[in-house]
Amino acid sequence: MPSNLPRFSARLRLLPLLAALPLLSGCGLIVLDPAGDVARQQGDLIILSTVLMLLIIVPVMALTIFFAWKYRASNKEATYKPDWDHSTQLELVIWSAPLLIIICLGAVTWVATHLLDPYRPLARTAPGKPVAAEVKPLDVQVVALDWKWLFIYPEQGVATVNELALPVDRPIRFRISSSSVMNSFYVPALAGQIYAMPGMETKLHGVFDKTGEFEGFSANYSGWGFSNMRFAVKSLPAGEFDKWVATAKASAEGDLSRAAYLKLEKPTHKEPVRRFAASDPQLFDAVVNMCVEPGKMCMHDMMSVDAAGGAGIAGIQNVRQVTYDKFAARGTAEAARWSMRYVAAYCSSPVMSNDRPDAKPVAPEKLKGEGLPHPAKPERTALRAPVAADRPMS
Amino acid sequence: MTPHPAPETGPILGKLSLEALPLHEPILVVTFIGVVLGGIAVLGLITKFRLWGYLWKEWFTTVDHKRIGIMYMILGLIMFLRGFADAIMMRIQQAMAFGGSEGYLTPHHYDQVFTAHGVIMIFFVAMPFITGLMNYVVPLQIGARDVSFPFLNNFSFWMTTSGAVLTMISLFVGEYAQTGWLAYPPLSGISYSPNVGVDYYIWGLQIAGIGTTLSGINLIVTILKLRAPGMGLMKMPVFTWTSICANILIVASFPILTATLVLLTLDRYVGTNFFTNDLGGSPMMYVNLIWIWGHPEVYILVLPLFGVFSEVTSTFSGKRLFGYTSMVYATICITILSYLVWLHHFFTMGSGASVNSFFGITTMVISIPTGAKLFNWLFTMYRGRIRFELPMMWTVAFMLTFVIGGMTGVLLAVPPADFVLHNSLFLIAHFHNVIIGGVLFGLFAAINYWWPKAFGYKLDVFWGKVSFWCWVVGFWVAFTPLYILGLMGVTRRMRVFDDPSLQIWFVIAGIGALIVAAGIGAMLIQFGVSIWRRKELRDTTGGDPWDGRTLEWATSSPPPDYNFAFTPVIHDLDAWYDMKKRGHQRPTGGYRDIHMPSNTGTGIILSGFCLVMGFALVWHIWWLVALSFVATIVGAIYHTFNYKRDFDIPAATVTAVEEARTRQLAAGA
Amino acid sequence: MSAKTMTADAPVQFYDLDEHPHPEGHSTMLGFWIYLMSDCLIFAILFACYAVLGGSYAAGPAPKDLFDLKLIALNTAMLLFSSITYGFAVLQMQQGEVKGVQIWLAITGLFGLAFLGIELYEFHHLIEIGATPQRSAFLSSFFTLVGTHGLHVTFGIVWLVTLMFQLSKHGLIAANKRRVMCLSMFWHFLDVVWIGVFTFVYLMGVLR
Repeated sequence: MPSNLPRFSARLRLLPLLAALPLLSGCGLIVLDPAGDVARQQGDLIILSTVLMLLIIVPVMALTIFFAWKYRASNKEATYKPDWDHSTQLELVIWSAPLLIIICLGAVTWVATHLLDPYRPLARTAPGKPVAAEVKPLDVQVVALDWKWLFIYPEQGVATVNELALPVDRPIRFRISSSSVMNSFYVPALAGQIYAMPGMETKLHGVFDKTGEFEGFSANYSGWGFSNMRFAVKSLPAGEFDKWVATAKASAEGDLSRAAYLKLEKPTHKEPVRRFAASDPQLFDAVVNMCVEPGKMCMHDMMSVDAAGGAGIAGIQNVRQVTYDKFAARGTAEAARWSMRYVAAYCSSPVMSNDRPDAKPVAPEKLKGEGLPHPAKPERTALRAPVAADRPMS
Repeated sequence: MTPHPAPETGPILGKLSLEALPLHEPILVVTFIGVVLGGIAVLGLITKFRLWGYLWKEWFTTVDHKRIGIMYMILGLIMFLRGFADAIMMRIQQAMAFGGSEGYLTPHHYDQVFTAHGVIMIFFVAMPFITGLMNYVVPLQIGARDVSFPFLNNFSFWMTTSGAVLTMISLFVGEYAQTGWLAYPPLSGISYSPNVGVDYYIWGLQIAGIGTTLSGINLIVTILKLRAPGMGLMKMPVFTWTSICANILIVASFPILTATLVLLTLDRYVGTNFFTNDLGGSPMMYVNLIWIWGHPEVYILVLPLFGVFSEVTSTFSGKRLFGYTSMVYATICITILSYLVWLHHFFTMGSGASVNSFFGITTMVISIPTGAKLFNWLFTMYRGRIRFELPMMWTVAFMLTFVIGGMTGVLLAVPPADFVLHNSLFLIAHFHNVIIGGVLFGLFAAINYWWPKAFGYKLDVFWGKVSFWCWVVGFWVAFTPLYILGLMGVTRRMRVFDDPSLQIWFVIAGIGALIVAAGIGAMLIQFGVSIWRRKELRDTTGGDPWDGRTLEWATSSPPPDYNFAFTPVIHDLDAWYDMKKRGHQRPTGGYRDIHMPSNTGTGIILSGFCLVMGFALVWHIWWLVALSFVATIVGAIYHTFNYKRDFDIPAATVTAVEEARTRQLAAGA
Repeated sequence: MSAKTMTADAPVQFYDLDEHPHPEGHSTMLGFWIYLMSDCLIFAILFACYAVLGGSYAAGPAPKDLFDLKLIALNTAMLLFSSITYGFAVLQMQQGEVKGVQIWLAITGLFGLAFLGIELYEFHHLIEIGATPQRSAFLSSFFTLVGTHGLHVTFGIVWLVTLMFQLSKHGLIAANKRRVMCLSMFWHFLDVVWIGVFTFVYLMGVLR
């Protein structure tokens, strides 16, 4: 569906009803006019769904006003049938009209939800620009901290706080987690949001097709410093991106070791941009497994012990008082004395990654039957229009 | 970084100390002084006019469903003013805090304000309003003398009030939760919210929740057991149908909230690991559980108002309701479907595409019965004779407003669209669009519609119209900017903003809120003026000012304690319309003794103990917890030893009351 | 009755001119039943939590390390017997024997106390060896589910004692009969829930 949404909705935007939308996009309706292919398909889906529903909403509103006016008590001309209360034909219409709309919308929803699944790798960076098989997406690991964002670039070895630089036209694969409470990772110009949750990993695929400076933030309230949990997003040409990596590597902040992470994790707000020249390669996996702290058992170890039936009576005693000051820094250590415990690791087993292989990318064009010859008119059809030449309005 | 570290715990006062009083917050100090002065004035007036005995005997201890209904409405109105004050504070903060300005609220204060706004508006405004409405109208509509369990009704009301009072205490003693209205862990867990705010949240909701559940049971049994002879299920008025569905939803969903909050309580008080990050807990489970309650809750709120719109449309169009049967089945469909959609509140949690699209599509399916209802109202108007009295104006405004809210709701049910709109101001605009446009507009229609029944005189039309236009215009001015801001990628619960181009929209929204404030003011004036001019506005029709169609209009206004001297017998869906059409004769003699329940103070006393227990639990004052717990149990047991709980209204009294009505009817005719 | 009045020429009756007695509590059983269903929902949530978290031992003990099936079987027997003896109390009530009701209620109460005693012993033992509700999510949900049931039984016993007093004071009047029936529903309901707990938590926990 989404591949030809743009053209479909571009035409519909000309509808007088929606004339206001392009006008408003002048004042920055970033959701409808983003800078990435995923977000653009999502924005187009909003317009398509709205138009579909207006098919029924507009008549209802018009009829409401018309009936209210026509059958006002002072209009003695109008028919008055006080005992008329049933009509099978009418009942059929009023149940089937919404039903038909919902069938259409449901079909759109099913297809679009699967195609725009944040876990699904991208098949294209823009309409008509498929991703070549050999192109590997850029991995970025995202950690929501109290109240700032940490971005780790495993390929480049650098890490940043509150600054996300991305090369344009290259698919990005975010692995997202959080250190303390739930947040939501959202860059409106790039793609929809997804929650960042402690001890869990979520994924998001996105791509920029325009360069520029954008904004990202947490879209889920996370406490005292939430309002300032914003970060700059830069979509850079490939060369610029390499330069940016080089500056990060030359940064004076030094390495993001586990010790440095535990310091960084303490609650702060309005944190300035910081760049780390190097990062512990296992840091993100340790964050997801909640075992950055030395001596703490990783989640994956705990889960394999549990899957094997627990650690028996002896396991009861394998709990230590927290030695790091995660809660002390919040002033909550006294109240949260039960939380000041953790399960100790048996031995220093390596941190395992939760990263599971992605699903296969799907080219939406195939699903739509695009590229298939039309039986009657093999020439130009809307569905077969050259894909590169589309998107006149956006 | 949290500005207030957790306090020490002492043996006598628990965590309570002088520091709990927010003396450093000038806004709260001024509010406190205002509340104290106002409170002294009210208490003084009550004492001066020697009203304590009257209030205690006739109101606080009453088991009359009509008086309890009115008390619910008053509770809802008072809490509405508090909730709206929070809304205005948020609007001002967001209109100010640009370009480096921090506004006038600290994060500690602002985060409490938006949490309290949500909790109060849902639990202590909308719930009391609809419970009060159902309490007042349902027994009258089904021709009953009272609800099935009149004492329980009184107890439910006072439990709801205790919950509200506990929530209000948090304003001046300690603090309220800073977690958002659903208090997601781990943020609401003890590690990240060590202070008393979340505890106030938990105990306020638990105490009120008991009241709500019991009241739900009460009304279900009332509707099932006490219908007048002849009123089969398919002859029940639509409001009664939507009420029973709403109450079934209450009974089938509030226990989930209770259990979920118990688990959160255990995490906070005992150190269990249900929703913690470590030691095997699962915060995601809380989010699922709370929304399994939370989505049906939305329909608990809106279903009874769908009933109101049906009654109002039919009455003021002077016409039978179009498609009664499909209306009933639509209500039942909505009731069942409301349990199959909860996941749409967190598509962004990363469930698979199939799960997301399943819940997205079930959500859309709900719009089919809802759409059918809308058409039914539309075709009730068709070929009617529509009188545009205030209730009908609110109904038309509802129809035009609610469809937009419904449309944006279906839009948010498309998961990929939700990924870009979730938690944005678009979402805020959407649910205010359905809750204000559906629930509040419906309540205003209901208040204007049934006020003459409750008090015997109509509400003033001029101030009613002023209020109507201020509300409708103010609503759209306040929330259209939020739709736009949502599309600009602005998220909810923000205290400060960077981008100065957004400010204008927040200023417009603020102006809208002020217009709504004028609407609320006009409504209060409307009530005042109507009470003042009650003689001129008196209903001279003997209880049927709107040419009504259902049984509540068959009795006098206000109805006598026993509602109906003789139980009506029903032959038609529009029972009263049918009686009028076929020229019924009101019996004017042969009155009998009427058996009625007696008033009791047990409800208010037990709820008082629960309130003390809630407060003690919040502050960890363990001796007081034990004491008030024992008092509650002993009080309840003591109550069960009272076997004499009813009395007879003598036939002579009934005769006197009914003959007065006969004279009044003769004078009116 | 109304439909019959609508015969061709007979005047339609719009009011019921008789006053029918509505005895207090005529719908108490229905109301109490609905309450029990709402309580059932609370247990459903606790069961669901146990289903989700019951395997999260946090590298601690699992059910097979902790539960003593023989003890729990004895416990279950206590509660099942108490249900049977409550049944005898109801039979006695139908024959109008206050004394008999009292005696069977007392026996029921003793079985209930025995059940609670064994449960408390089990909890005490678990906490003593360190398997506290705080140790893991599994233990949290176990203690909460079983403890909530235990609290219900405790309230049932308080109610039962109260009812015995009321029976001795007023005898088998209608109100007391109704209360005996309500407590009966409550008591059997707890029995049914316990069968779920025994199967789902203990048997499946130890056997899996």
